[in-house]
Amino acid sequence: MAATRTSKEQKYDRQLRLWGDHGQETLENAHVCLINATATGTEILKNLVLPGIGAFTVVDGHTVTGEDVGNNFFLCNNSIGKNRAQAATELLQELNSDVSGNFVEESPDKLLDNDPEFFHRFSIVIGVHLPESTCLRLGSVLWSASVPFLVCKTYGLIGYMRLVVREHTVIESHPDNALEDLRLDKPFGEFKNHIQSYDLDNMDKKDHSHTPWIIIVAKYLEKWLSEHNGQAPKNYKEKEAFRQFIREGILKNENGVPEDEENFEEAIKNVNTALNPTKIPSTVEDLFNSEQCNNITSQSTAFWVMLRAIKEFVHNEGNGSLPLRGTIPDMIADSQKFVNLQNVIFAEFIFNSNFQKPPESISENDIKLFCKNASFLRVVRCRSLAEEYSVDSVNKDEISELGIDVLSDHPVLFFLISSVCTNSPTVSYVRIYNYQVEEDISKLKLCVNSLLQEYSLNINIKDDYIHEFCRYGAAEPHTVAAFLGGSAAQEAIKIISHQFVPFSNTFIYNAMSQTSATLNL
Amino acid sequence: MVVDGGSGHACEWEGRWNHIKKFLERSGPFTHPDFEPSTESLSFMLETCKILVIGAGGLGCELLKDLALSGIRNIHVVDMDTIDVSNLNRQFLFRPKDVGRPKADVAADFINSRIPGCCVVPHFKKIQDLDETFYRQFHIIVCGLDSVVARRWMNGMLLSLLVYEDGVLDPGSIIPLIDGGTEGFKGNARVIFPGMTACIDCTLELYPPQINFPMCTIASMPRLPEHCIEYVWMLLWPKESPFGAGVALDGDDPEHIQWVYQRSLERAAEFNITGVTYRLSQGVVKRIIPAVASTNAVIAAACATEVFKIASSAYMPLNNYMVFNDIDSLYTYTFEAERKENCSACSQIPMDLHFAPSSKLQDVLDYLTTSASLQMKSPAITATVEGKNKTLYLQSVASIEQRTRPNLSKTLKELGLTGGQELAVADVTTPQTMLFRLCFTS
Repeated sequence: MAATRTSKEQKYDRQLRLWGDHGQETLENAHVCLINATATGTEILKNLVLPGIGAFTVVDGHTVTGEDVGNNFFLCNNSIGKNRAQAATELLQELNSDVSGNFVEESPDKLLDNDPEFFHRFSIVIGVHLPESTCLRLGSVLWSASVPFLVCKTYGLIGYMRLVVREHTVIESHPDNALEDLRLDKPFGEFKNHIQSYDLDNMDKKDHSHTPWIIIVAKYLEKWLSEHNGQAPKNYKEKEAFRQFIREGILKNENGVPEDEENFEEAIKNVNTALNPTKIPSTVEDLFNSEQCNNITSQSTAFWVMLRAIKEFVHNEGNGSLPLRGTIPDMIADSQKFVNLQNVIFAEFIFNSNFQKPPESISENDIKLFCKNASFLRVVRCRSLAEEYSVDSVNKDEISELGIDVLSDHPVLFFLISSVCTNSPTVSYVRIYNYQVEEDISKLKLCVNSLLQEYSLNINIKDDYIHEFCRYGAAEPHTVAAFLGGSAAQEAIKIISHQFVPFSNTFIYNAMSQTSATLNL
Repeated sequence: MVVDGGSGHACEWEGRWNHIKKFLERSGPFTHPDFEPSTESLSFMLETCKILVIGAGGLGCELLKDLALSGIRNIHVVDMDTIDVSNLNRQFLFRPKDVGRPKADVAADFINSRIPGCCVVPHFKKIQDLDETFYRQFHIIVCGLDSVVARRWMNGMLLSLLVYEDGVLDPGSIIPLIDGGTEGFKGNARVIFPGMTACIDCTLELYPPQINFPMCTIASMPRLPEHCIEYVWMLLWPKESPFGAGVALDGDDPEHIQWVYQRSLERAAEFNITGVTYRLSQGVVKRIIPAVASTNAVIAAACATEVFKIASSAYMPLNNYMVFNDIDSLYTYTFEAERKENCSACSQIPMDLHFAPSSKLQDVLDYLTTSASLQMKSPAITATVEGKNKTLYLQSVASIEQRTRPNLSKTLKELGLTGGQELAVADVTTPQTMLFRLCFTS
């Protein structure tokens, strides 16, 4: 390890602790496209420039207005009248000299007319406040080119985003509270040998009190199995009896009073989870049963090739189990006993992960990382926008479920109106004069009802919501844009780095009630 | 509430506040019952409204931007820190050339020059260096702090400003406190109306005390690389004083961390432990919490939205706690934290302390520091004994600590304390002395 750290390592230290150097590398190789430098757009980009993406390109044909400058940190009043892409790029670029900023003074529609392949070069395209027609056109181009697309809108107090990606695989999902992989119900050979080396009944006090709880549970389980016909404790009563069984093993002093043996207390506390049967998570089983896993071709990505190999391991060497994860939690023990146990488990992990020689394109480290995360693999698939909007395939169930008598602050009802409102090509609700709000209410109501009819959705949307939406008059308050800015940027980072799990596929934020919901549409 | 006159008019331009005006000048079906649409509201926000931001770091920078772009011009910001290079990945008002300068000053300069008309006043100070005259001038206080102790102090300060007339709380003396916190991909935002809703101390159990590794693990049976690092900086450094006698370990000094890293490697090698890295060494010594721009942006935005709602009375504020987590998809959970009946900070009832007369003062001290609902840091205890005010124990002044230390091993009876009497306790977690009632058990 070099004595001096690079200035980038120092600058990015706090985030490197979350996604590692390899995660940072993916960011630095990424090129993000933002369409429309509204407040929402620039806030999203700010949260990508600061962590150091390689490059960004702002596409915007609009001219900066006084209203734009009022809610946007990356526009100044002396840029009024200038092209918005150029003005915003200057101030975004200034945030981080490691990042390369570009701009295109064109509307996305023009680009789609003249050069749709322009969009193929990006790691992700983020479209903000796009009219429905542009959204669908662009969505189709990006879907064919397999470029992830994130659609975002802020409308009054409502934030909305939609992720469009065909298939996104995640090896490092970093689950928050994962259960340990101890295999106490299916102890492997070397582990059985290792626990043989412990003779709890004949150890001196110091060793007895510093034996790792995993060993204690394993040994007591062995005894229990021999006394109960090979049946492990299953219900509460049996587990209680097992806990008591372990408790009786605590050393007693000359007066028969139990000593203070914290390692035994740990063992008793952990009985419940320790006795969890070793099982392949259903998420992984589903992946094993998917088409991509069963039809490996020369086009298959490394993820599916490795998954297929794991599936075969499970059916052969693994005897129905995934490769061992190879880690244990900290526990009361002396250094030597703990490290020895750790080494036995790690050796088995290495042994498991070497079950097959990988093809040229996949390194040993890739395999090890894959095996280590085998229980946590995730794949996210989103429907295309065309499918979502099509009358034939609209997800009625997801929308109807949140129907009639829901609390007034349920975000999803707002979504409906939101999508209707901003998607309507003929009516604009950007009203400057307050008296026009009344007119808009009846227009919007007609629009919403006809859309619901078109999709045969039987939901009643209260007039209050329609009124509230007209009241917003397409305002984009900065604080709501900033909330969406943080949310969307992190989803983009997940897509680029393939770490942590992205949402799928619609997210709605209601700043009025400070609530949110995700839907799959 | 004492409020300053507004700042002078800066250049305005057409349409500047359009996005906000729609919320202030239009009626709506979901507005606060007290809300009246009016063109005057905007001038209240711009000229009169005065907000205090505590902290100019990850949350603070975002808060200043959010408030300024929501029409607030009179903002004060307090921060006792200077800028470090590791701040630059998210504290976007700072640049490499600003490293070493006070955060409050640089943040104020940036906002004031980027947002014409905005007047942020910086205070390069600890919150404890400012008094009630200072805090009383604000309509709303927003915190972007990184320490529970500081939060509790702020909470205590606002509680001490409350005025009760004939047992009834004067609403004019309430200063709402909006509090935000983040850690990695998790965060929370809450709204506190001191004296009315749950305060910081009411929900102290939500902040579990920091887990420290037991000394015997560090001293004689390390298992993890972290144990090796703790050993080096807690035991080896004081013993060897590698950079000179009395030179304390500075987590920001790369040479110090390098030394810790090297010696931790040696320690780890003795026990066949792998995993010690420079990054881990610094992380353990400084108790570093990972941080990114996105989480801070989200939580600050939620807090700023609440400031806007309360300042403009446009909507009902958050009631009263929102939690956010975007590790797996995006998750928020909003609930009403309840007031604790016997909250040590806001319930106004002196807490009972139950001890036998034969208990030692040390036992009382231990209770004050380890109890989950009190979690005091270094309490100083005084009581009236035989008609005179007597300091029983005080840690923060060396001479007094020495003088009162023998009291710790004396019993409460020996110290002349009687059942039912009051004990006054001072601590960094609260600006005001806390009163307890000593109840003797048999």
